[in-house]
Amino acid sequence: MSRLPWVAVGVAAVVLPPLASPYVVHILVLIVFFAFLGAAWNLLGGYAGQFSFGHAAFFGIGAYTSTLLLTRVGVSPWLGLLAGGLLAAAFGCFAGFLAFRYGLRGPYFALVTLAFAEMLRLVAVNWMAVGGPMGILIPLPKEGDAFWRLQFREKLPYYYVMLGLLAVALWLTRRIERSRLGYTLLAIRENEDAAEASGVNTLATKLWAMGLSSFLTALGGTFYAQYFSFIDPTLTFGVAVSVEILLRPIVGGPGTLLGPVLGSLVLTPLSELTRWLIRGRPGVDVMVYGAILVLVVTFLPRGLVGAWQAARRPRPA
Amino acid sequence: MKTLLWQACVSGLLIGGVYALVALGLTLIFGVMRIINFAHGALMMLGMYATFFLYDLAGVDPYLSILLVGPAFFLVGVALERGVIEPNLGTAESNQLLLTLGVALFLENAALALFKPDYRSLRLPYATQAFLLGDAVVNVQRLIAFACSVALALALWLFLKHTDTGKAIRAAAEEHEGALLVGINVRRLYAVAFGIGSGVVAIAGSLVTPFLYVAPDVGDVFNILAFVIVVLGGMGSFVGALLGGFLVGLAESFGAALLPGSLKQLPIFVLFVLVLLFRPSGLFGRGV
Repeated sequence: MSRLPWVAVGVAAVVLPPLASPYVVHILVLIVFFAFLGAAWNLLGGYAGQFSFGHAAFFGIGAYTSTLLLTRVGVSPWLGLLAGGLLAAAFGCFAGFLAFRYGLRGPYFALVTLAFAEMLRLVAVNWMAVGGPMGILIPLPKEGDAFWRLQFREKLPYYYVMLGLLAVALWLTRRIERSRLGYTLLAIRENEDAAEASGVNTLATKLWAMGLSSFLTALGGTFYAQYFSFIDPTLTFGVAVSVEILLRPIVGGPGTLLGPVLGSLVLTPLSELTRWLIRGRPGVDVMVYGAILVLVVTFLPRGLVGAWQAARRPRPA
Repeated sequence: MKTLLWQACVSGLLIGGVYALVALGLTLIFGVMRIINFAHGALMMLGMYATFFLYDLAGVDPYLSILLVGPAFFLVGVALERGVIEPNLGTAESNQLLLTLGVALFLENAALALFKPDYRSLRLPYATQAFLLGDAVVNVQRLIAFACSVALALALWLFLKHTDTGKAIRAAAEEHEGALLVGINVRRLYAVAFGIGSGVVAIAGSLVTPFLYVAPDVGDVFNILAFVIVVLGGMGSFVGALLGGFLVGLAESFGAALLPGSLKQLPIFVLFVLVLLFRPSGLFGRGV
């Protein structure tokens, strides 16, 4: 495939948004935000084949770490990003080590990740020092503080920050795809026992995927806190977050570079559209998610990207 | 302190009966189909709404509504299995996981869209009394729920042990290929098992409606609890689900008595993780 369409898309993504209305920019921020989170999940779920139903755990760790550092200690979220990411990666490797060391796979792994996320949510709800059920509000910055506090008055700067993060995530995914790590991840996904028998250190490889995935997801959590200026245990550690995160890559195409992006391009505007069309009826947008998930799993098990690839493949005569 | 612990004991056992019933449905489905049904809690929630509306709009006593709710949700379960799960049976496990998750999302949010997020509750004019068992207060509604759950569990046990369909279900759960070889229509059994599981959990919902609030998200808690119990007791094990239900009921009750806030759930999750790590086959289950 020639490079030109991608360059065009990239240029458009950078140049066009300033021309759009604030509401459209907000949608674009959300699209890129979920694409990023999806790409993070994809490393563990799509490439390594370990479906995590508890990525909210890392998201929440990122959000709470940077927010606490900012509101209690005055540390810039740019540093908070790193702190949150490292903390989440540490937790991810800890949880991952427990899970992988004891051979949890498939649904059992999914359940244990769900359990970990719920545990963190319970802790956050009951620990008043981190705000308890009331959460934490990030006060608006004084004039001129916007950049180091990662809080802008307009939405456009947020968009570019998120776009940058997405670019990093996609670049990382691409590098991994073409590296030994990438191939071992795929081997593990396709047949873990065979991979182990072929000499792959499955534990270490899966932990790498877990660490990277959790680090990136936490960055998303920090961004969320900065964009919405408010976090609470349900918004960050809730099951809904985990579901939103995994939905895009699954629909778009797990284990592919563009799957999360495509998934987000389709699902995020769809959800906004549904919410707008059916005003006053909460829940319809997630109903649509559920229906799409069922349909995609039944008819497009490799997601949109997979279906497109299958269509391009020459059929036998 | 002793009173507190005794109360926790009694309350835990009472609710444990209902938990056991919920888990029985899930373990039956898993035992036969090897599917972890994420939509289990959602079905219970819908059972609760059905009971609520039957009472609110038609004056049907919740305990009588079981006779309607049970069979109705059996059919719902069969329809779900045939329509959604059946086409995907041969595929990867992860697919089936996502499938039931999708169904759960759809059902929960359909309830949210149709019934709004307001909490509803059903207050029976009778059966609000409570009596004392030693020093512990026993709420009559919870006692009825407990009794009915145990009765239904017994009925289920008899069904599995002594009827042809029940034995066929056990055969299919224990040895899938062997069952096929002796001519058991395993595909039909999938629908039956899913139907029974759904009917049972909907009845559990009916039983708790008199003393719990009804809301679209009320199934989530039971969902997680059901998973914990089934893993604890052993996926596919009847006795495991039964004992696990009581164990978890007690754990939650003691947690509520001894821990502050909503931390009562924490011991359950810790237990869950420990069981998953150290004995994923559970107390009575076969290997993972």
